[in-house]
Amino acid sequence: MYETNYHRASSVDDAVAQFGKGKEAKFLAGGQTLLPVMKQRLAAPSDVIDVAKIKDMVGIDVSGDTVTIKGATTHYDVAQSDAVQKAIPALAHLASMIGDPAVRYRGTIGGSLANNDPAADYPAAVLALGATIKTNKRSLAAEDFFKGLFTTALEDGEIITAVTFPIPVKAGYAKMRHPASRFALTGVFVVKTKAGDIRVAATGASQSGVIRVPAIEQALKANWSASALDSVTISASGLLADIHGSSDYRANLVKVMGQRAVTAAG
Amino acid sequence: MSTVKLTVNGRAVSVDVEDRTLLVHLLRENLNLTGTHVGCDTSQCGACVVHVDGRAVKSCTMLAGQAAGSNVTTIEGLAKGDELHPMQAAFRDNHGLQCGYCTPGMIMSAVDIVHRHGGNLDEETVRHELEGNICRCTGYHNIVKSVLDAAGRMKVAQAAE
Repeated sequence: MYETNYHRASSVDDAVAQFGKGKEAKFLAGGQTLLPVMKQRLAAPSDVIDVAKIKDMVGIDVSGDTVTIKGATTHYDVAQSDAVQKAIPALAHLASMIGDPAVRYRGTIGGSLANNDPAADYPAAVLALGATIKTNKRSLAAEDFFKGLFTTALEDGEIITAVTFPIPVKAGYAKMRHPASRFALTGVFVVKTKAGDIRVAATGASQSGVIRVPAIEQALKANWSASALDSVTISASGLLADIHGSSDYRANLVKVMGQRAVTAAG
Repeated sequence: MSTVKLTVNGRAVSVDVEDRTLLVHLLRENLNLTGTHVGCDTSQCGACVVHVDGRAVKSCTMLAGQAAGSNVTTIEGLAKGDELHPMQAAFRDNHGLQCGYCTPGMIMSAVDIVHRHGGNLDEETVRHELEGNICRCTGYHNIVKSVLDAAGRMKVAQAAE
């Protein structure tokens, strides 16, 4: 790792101020992606601003029709939360499948979303549930937040302070885990909203990062069942291909994970 | 350089380190606590697992500065004097190690697993929960046996307290 300066922020305002002072600063939350990348010397921030200990950045709040998870809340805390398990069990389940137990103790929802790895789990939940991403500057709809591989609408010095998820009628998540990295070879999150809409998002599949899957949405709109997807064909065009799986393989996984997610949602 | 103050195995320490220092290097190189190992250095293998404020984390994927003010327990902090921690004793009795390289991380993760699940542990849960710890000798069989054995012993020890 190249030299860097570590700062622990006491508040969101303090974090933003510290960020402004650094030549090429980066925010650090759990560090489960940023630190490995810095160790490989693929990133060399002059300053890292630790936001994980800011009190306002940690916690889960369920009120009325929404679940709000603050930016530096760990995957472990989301997975274990009784409130999340009750309101959106698929979201708690998703958090429980990220990485391994030691990674889940450190990694955060804000960090995962800001990084926007094309095979990360949270983007699928955020897009399918139609969540709102709150930053220190504004609120962003999920559709406006994700901008492709490792790219988001976040500007320099902008921190994800919370994510608000509308509580759905039904939701399910299924993923084919890469056995070594535990990232999603493909993961699919299916949602039936209170307004009756069907929203489906896939991660790990597309060259553009997380995507909606209209073919599955239409089939489930007509008939909410795993068998409704039997006749659906997912195009391999634009899907990822690497040593772990071809685009055809991933296209099939989108369908199969979609079916498993519907079964899990009930 | 920064001064990092933290508690390690019950002892308050203050260490001057470069800001890029990882927790595992502070433990090994500044405090000479070499029981915590660096295996893959890519947060996959779990040889570096220690407890930070009671949670089993990979100390190769945490800056020393992030642990400032925290309570850290390493493999050296588990035994009470000459009396091994039940998890350590179970690993010895069940032949839960061969070369021993992964063992400190295995034991720290395993203690955390038992703390989280209490006595409700079965083989499947242990195997699933140990996925962040890699062993290249044992084939895991005796490690899983050790953890299940220790879970029973820790339950008994807790009941006796």
